Amino acid sequence: MSATPLGMPAFPDAARDALRDTTLRGNLRHATHTIRDKRARAVAELSDWARLREAGKQIKDHTLRHLDHYLLRLEESVTAAGGTVHWAADAADANRIVTALVKATGEREVVKVKSMATQEIGLNEALAAEGIRAYETDLAELIVQLADDRPSHILVPAIHLNRAEIRDVLVSAMGDWGRPAPDGLTDAPAELAEAARLHLREKFLRAKVGVSGANFMVAETGTMVVVESEGNGRMCLTLPETLISVVGIEKVVPAWRDLEVFLQTLPRSSTAERMNPYTSMWTGVTDTDGPSAFHLVLLDNGRTDTLADEVGRQALRCIRCSACLNVCPVYERAGGHAYGSVYPGPIGAILSPQLRGTGSAVDASLPYASSLCGACYDVCPVAIDIPEVLVRLRERVVEGGPAVRRGTRVVLRPARGHAAQRAAMRAAGWVFTRPTALAAGQRLLSRTRRLHPRRLPGPGRAWSADRDLPEVPEESFRDWWRRTSGGRDSAGGSGREERS
Amino acid sequence: MNGREVVLGRVRRALAGGSGASPGPDGPVAYDGVRDYLRVHGERTPEESVDLLAARLTEYRALVHRTDDEGLPELLMRLLSEQGPDEMLVPPALPPYWLSAADPVRVHDRAAVTARRLDRVGSVVTGCALAIAETGTIVLDGGPEQGRRRITLIPDHHICVVRVPDQVVCSVPRAIERLDPRRPQTWISGPSATSDIELDRVEGVHGPRTLEVVLLSGDGHACAGGDGPG
Ligand code: SF4
Repeated sequence: MSATPLGMPAFPDAARDALRDTTLRGNLRHATHTIRDKRARAVAELSDWARLREAGKQIKDHTLRHLDHYLLRLEESVTAAGGTVHWAADAADANRIVTALVKATGEREVVKVKSMATQEIGLNEALAAEGIRAYETDLAELIVQLADDRPSHILVPAIHLNRAEIRDVLVSAMGDWGRPAPDGLTDAPAELAEAARLHLREKFLRAKVGVSGANFMVAETGTMVVVESEGNGRMCLTLPETLISVVGIEKVVPAWRDLEVFLQTLPRSSTAERMNPYTSMWTGVTDTDGPSAFHLVLLDNGRTDTLADEVGRQALRCIRCSACLNVCPVYERAGGHAYGSVYPGPIGAILSPQLRGTGSAVDASLPYASSLCGACYDVCPVAIDIPEVLVRLRERVVEGGPAVRRGTRVVLRPARGHAAQRAAMRAAGWVFTRPTALAAGQRLLSRTRRLHPRRLPGPGRAWSADRDLPEVPEESFRDWWRRTSGGRDSAGGSGREERS
Repeated sequence: MNGREVVLGRVRRALAGGSGASPGPDGPVAYDGVRDYLRVHGERTPEESVDLLAARLTEYRALVHRTDDEGLPELLMRLLSEQGPDEMLVPPALPPYWLSAADPVRVHDRAAVTARRLDRVGSVVTGCALAIAETGTIVLDGGPEQGRRRITLIPDHHICVVRVPDQVVCSVPRAIERLDPRRPQTWISGPSATSDIELDRVEGVHGPRTLEVVLLSGDGHACAGGDGPG
């Protein structure tokens, strides 16, 4: 990722600030519990859920193992359908490509569909630097953009704001960006949505260039898929003359038929609906229907580095449903901003340090921002073993070893004595001193899962580097769990057993 | 080196040596994993599928109506007069008898008609490619009875006619096997909605805020498949 989180506080600092914010915590708790319960019901409705999950996992793994093959196939199909494919090795490349494409149209503004890939590369800022204004059109993204804030949830980016806060943002900022909020706007959700509808419609009707991501790209046919709720996606994908889609290379699936798996698992995992309100699919350009020019920018930006790690690679299966966020006891308390990346929650904890490397304090601390309770794995519709990857990354932070950065094999040094390591240890300490987080984890653990991590990596010594933190022994995680009643005893730092 | 070579080179190096490394750009690759999930969840008669579709649509707060060929013109006239648009959008090949009783002025979606002009039109009446019973989804694929994507996007009121049971499939897999990926598609499940404000569901930020689905009956056949995988 280009947006290296320089100056971004490590996870425990950011999380501690979030904890002091009671509004944030209340909103988050309400939101995650609501979605979580609904999701469980939506999933229970499909008797073949486990098989769909396994199929999704296998299709994605298969694609990743033959990624070059499928990317070339995709390029061929998109080109044959009248689109143009561009390849971007990193964020700077992608931003350069998109900026040049927009400039070539002579336009100075674009409408955007919510897309994590474009947030990841900081596209809006890059466009702004070239004098091009990017309008976010998803309601929550619009709110966040008007508030000059950052999204905190993959799916519900403004989850950290309540209705009164949202009203204030619309009233104070809409006028700077276009049609102002109507007089006397109250904080009723329907009124707020109506204000946004009018504000955004102005933009859609005059937009010449749209920018989007995609949830899936079908190699066989060149079909792009965008899954959404509000209809702003349809607007951006249909009305402009030029459409530019920036998509991570891991979003490709081999065949049209594969969509039957993901269109069942994604909506139910994500918003707990049988199907999301709108799905748009387009294949290149179609005579007179939709944009007359289509550009696909295929984005690497650390994904191939992630691919090089056979354990960490599974993070690339992610279909961004956000189910793992909603069950995570740590996310529920810390909030999305604490993760210092566009990818919050459990998936962020394994994706960001792989995409960006573990060099910065926040990235080194992320693998520790978890109680390893396994709830994220249980809900994941593509069965990403997030705890397994977390443990892998802890190993890398603490012990170093071979890795790939920007396509080149490197040997990472152990982080001992390094600031990053201390940050990491403090993140773990933050998690392990939250009894409620651990209790939630323990319940799920005993019910569902033989925990994968066979040992908690990292020398026990490291813990003593930071004396105000609990000490956790280097022993099998399960043994430790049992001995400490799920970590509740460990807060006092008792019972440390050193093994060599 | 250009971006394409850089990225493809990195992908190949990342995969080299690992288990099941790629055969190279031109080698054939076949997916040999499992597909033992169900094609259809449960067995239903055609009538039951239509009922399920109606129930799912209603849960999404779409308004569902049932009629036959004879009753259709009058029903459409009534639905349009309730919304009271002066003008309505129609796709190029809507059967003329559908709207034989309707009052509003018909606007046709020609290339010269701007989106801003279409924004003044209140209602749109279309057919569909198919509808999915299990999920309550209507699929449009730009066929002559449906028109371009923009006509069902801009007006605030969309009436969609589904021929039942012919156009009703039971499940997502059944829909995928019947659809042509080369056509631009819009899958619609209920009217536009957002839950971004404290997770309160609000209908309509951008798409039509009122979705009415007319189930137009004729003859049809059952959803085959039942519980068996494959
Ligand atoms: S990791 Fe799994 S559960 Fe989390 S967002 Fe990705 S697909 Fe969803």
